[in-house]
Formats: sequence, C-alpha cells, structure tokens
Amino acid sequence: MKFLSDKTVDRLRQNANLPDLSGTRYQLLERVACGGMGTVYAARDQTLDRRVALKVLDVLIADGDLARRLNREARALALLEHPGIVPVHDVGTLSDGRVFYTMKFVEGQRLDKYIETVTSLPDRLRLFLRICDAVAFAHARGVLHRDLKPANVMVGAFGEVLVMDWGLAKILREQSSGASDDDPEAAILHAQQASNGPADSTQATQVTGQGTVLGTPGYMSPEQARGDIAQVDKRSDIFSLGAVLRFLCVNPLTHSGQSKAWRQDKTLEAICAKATEIHPINRYATVSDLSADVSRYLDGLPVSARKETIFDKSARFYRRHTIAILLIVAYLAMRILLLIFSHR
Amino acid sequence: MPGDQFPITRWSVIDAVKSEDPAEQTRALDTLFAAYWKPVYKYVRLRWNRPTEDAQDLTQGFFAEMLERDLLAKYDPAKSRLRTYLRLCVDSFVMNQEKAARRQKRGGNATHVALDFPAAEGELAGATIDPASIPSPESLEEFFEREWVRSLFALAVEDLRKLCSERERERTFRLFDDYDLSDDEEISYERLAAEYAMPVTDVTNALSWARREFRRIALERLRELCGSDEEFHREAHAVFGSDAA
Repeated sequence: MKFLSDKTVDRLRQNANLPDLSGTRYQLLERVACGGMGTVYAARDQTLDRRVALKVLDVLIADGDLARRLNREARALALLEHPGIVPVHDVGTLSDGRVFYTMKFVEGQRLDKYIETVTSLPDRLRLFLRICDAVAFAHARGVLHRDLKPANVMVGAFGEVLVMDWGLAKILREQSSGASDDDPEAAILHAQQASNGPADSTQATQVTGQGTVLGTPGYMSPEQARGDIAQVDKRSDIFSLGAVLRFLCVNPLTHSGQSKAWRQDKTLEAICAKATEIHPINRYATVSDLSADVSRYLDGLPVSARKETIFDKSARFYRRHTIAILLIVAYLAMRILLLIFSHR
Repeated sequence: MPGDQFPITRWSVIDAVKSEDPAEQTRALDTLFAAYWKPVYKYVRLRWNRPTEDAQDLTQGFFAEMLERDLLAKYDPAKSRLRTYLRLCVDSFVMNQEKAARRQKRGGNATHVALDFPAAEGELAGATIDPASIPSPESLEEFFEREWVRSLFALAVEDLRKLCSERERERTFRLFDDYDLSDDEEISYERLAAEYAMPVTDVTNALSWARREFRRIALERLRELCGSDEEFHREAHAVFGSDAA
C-alpha cells in the first residue's frame, strides 16, 4: 500500500473536496476561501456568462424533501433586494450529495480583515449602522439571519457593506438534525442536544467544530445556544449584532491605543450590553432601536441604553459643544481680565 | 445519480461485530484492524516511546485484547468517538503491558490483516511527537487523528485502484496517482495531457471521476468505522470538512 505523506493527504483532501459540477450550469474556476460551513469557489455561470461565488456546504442531503425546501428557501431569499444584502441566486445538490448554492461574486474583504484598516471609531460605527440597515430590512420581510458575525459581512471595493449567507444557517441546522418540514425549528434543539452529549477531550473540539455549523460561539444568542427554539426571533439577530458591535469596538488597532479607550466608554459598552442581554426581553426590541442608539451616540446625544448622571450629561454636553464652550470660556475670561484692568 | 448518494448502506463495524454471522464479524474486525493498526503502532512507538519490537508486540496484543475483552461491545457512541475510545484503550493497555504481553502470546495472531511493521516503521521517519517533551492530550489526539486519516485515505486509494482495475480504467488511476498522490507542485493538467497524449478535458473528466469515487469510497469506509450516524457526520466533517474547517 502506498505511503501518503502529510502533503499528499492534504492534497487529496482538497482535491476530493473539489465539487463535481458536471450536470450544472456552472464551471469551476478556483477556490476562494474556506470556513466552518463549507468552501467558497469562484465559478462561471455558463448560462448567464457571469462570475459567481459558489459555496459547497459540508452537509450531505439525500432526501427530496430537503432539496425542495432548500429551493423554497432560496426563492424566499431571492426576494431580499437591498444594496446591503447578497442574496442567493441558486441552490442545488452535487452528484455526491453535497449541497451548494451560488450568489453574487463580491470582490472585497471580510469585515474582520477590513476593520484592521479602519482606525477611527466613528467610521467603524458608521459601518456597523449599514449592517444594521440590511438586517432591519430583512427583518421587515420576516427573514432572520441567525449567523451574523464579522466573517459573514463583506466590504466591497467601493466601501459597500454586504451581509452574506442569509437564511442558510437555518437550513443547515435543520439539515444537521434531520428536522421535518412540519417542524423546522425543532432541528435546532435536536442538534444542540446532540452536540452537548458526549464529553471527552475530542468532543470539546468537535462541539466547537459543530458549533460553527450550528451558529458561531461568541456571536450566537443564549437561546440559540440552549436550543430554546420558541425564543429564537429577531432579537437573536440583535444579540449577534451586539457582539459584532463589541468586536468592532474592542478589536485592537495596530497603530494606536484607542481600543482601550473605547472599552472604557461606558455608553458604548451599555449599548453592547443591552443588545447582548441574556434575556431577549431585555434587549433592544428592533434593530432600528439599536441603530438609533448608535446614531445618537455618534451625534453625542443621550442613548436609551444608559441612564445618565449629571456628571455624564455635563461631560457629554462638553464633548458635543467643546468649541463653543471653549470660546465662551475664553470670552468670559477676557471680559473678566478687562474688567479687572479697567478698575485699576 | 442515486448510486453516488448517501446514506451509506454498509454496516458499522460496531454493529457488525455483534452479528451472529462469523463471516460478518471477521470482515468487520478486518476492516477495523486495517484502518487502525498503523495509527496504533505509531502511537505506541511515539507516545509511549517503545522500541520497535515492543511496539509490534503491543500492537498485536492490543487487538488481541480487544477481541478477548470484547472492547468494541463496550463502546458507547454517545460518549465519545470510536477513534478516541480506541486511543484511550491503547493507553490503558500499554500501562498494563505485562499483562498485555501475556495476552499477546495467547491470541496475537487473531487478525487476518497482514501487519507490515517495517513499512510502518519507515513511515515514522518524519513523525512529529517529541518523545522528550510532555505531549498535551490535544497533540496526542491530533497525532492519532492524523495517522488515522492517513490510514483511511491509503485504504481508500487502494480500493480505488482495485475499482479502476475492475472497470478497466487503469489510466484514470495512473492520472490520479500522478496528480493527486504526487508531491510535485509543478504538475499540471496540461503536462499530464501531453504525457498521456490526450486532451486536457479528458484529464479533467478522469480526475473528476476518480476524486468523486475516492471520496465516496473513503466515506463508505468511514461510515463503517463509526458507531452512529452522528459520529459519522462529525468525522466526515473532520476528515473532508476540515479542508473547510
């Protein structure tokens, strides 16, 4: 039997994962990226002669019901026409049973990479507001994301913010637990219970690995993590947005020590804390409420997440009107000096 | 193409060893030994820092003990992966090696799988656990997993070679061997097309077929080596999805 070196094993693994697109309208071009749920390839849509992103998921489907549901989901997701949303064009199954879907090919950077170049807090917050716009739009049309995280946000070449992977986390969850059409949400509970079962050292890794499929630890709301399906709603996305906001605020900058100062900003921390409250009822009721608070913070106005003391109010008033206050103080100081000198 | 799709219908070795059919039992055990003997041997050599002869005795002794003590029947898929369970069994066996050595003498040749220890020893040349250091449980698990994936892939490659031979697609296997099993970074479809005097599209199609079959065979073997569907999906993700994960 031929000995396979580590390099050969890796090569085999990669090549065996290449999707066989025969029988589809797509032609494989190159591998672009890989993540917890699957691998993204650049492909050419030969019918429409355009480049698309083709994501092959690490799940296998064999039953027709699920394939039909994937198509139905894809149709629903295609209705999300918003400049901040990358909708799914097509969903299908490879000959080996793996699920794939295609979407617009976005040239740009993932948010977690992109923000390394954004050194100003207000710029980062404005970026966050655009994510909120896209999510609020989807919520208004009854679509939840359920896997919001920096890796699912792309920033395009012209600074456009695009939220990816809509609704597919839900499909994956349902698939991984084999949930029925009648009870799609039950899947979350089953999958979570399955992942919480065994307890050896490998299992811990596996839970993390599986967690990537079921939601991303750190960005997944407690009710999702618990599998409390009755409570999973748009406030679960708000939790994830709060975690994204915290990531944007505390992710260290390479050149300045600003991140430490941001962590100490009580107002910003209060907004994050309210968005990521353990109990959904205590979070912002809508994404618009969250983005309104962030906007008010940017404008130096009071936010709903934090009750201000007089000192806070004064400090905020000073920050907002620094120049005017300094001018008035300078003017008053001059008047006092003039008064003193005129009396001599 | 239903033939290419899941679910895999072959029995898990865990179910098969409980079968009343001795032929089925033997086949299951042979499948298990074929996939695990090399990882176990290399693990014993490196983790327990045992000399070649000791490691050979311990490897054979371990599988003999597995049969004698019916260790597979005690495995609970809900508690851990089969791979982890077996590794922990090896640890416990080696710690008890004197007793194990006696057992080896009684039943060490119970497997029908030829254990090519010199070859396994040769493969160890590039092994990466430093016996002088205190390895963490993670690094041990990682080492065992890496060897296990290597063993699984090697068996799948061998199955693919047989399949190609049966279907008179030897050239397809040679292309697969030259491209996917090669460490040569410079190899390209164009070069293979020139060497084999065939169009590049034929090379693409042949490799595509071979990879699909390789993947299917590897997953079938993997299914046999898992105790439950859930474990299979986790392991499939670890083996193939880890390209993505």
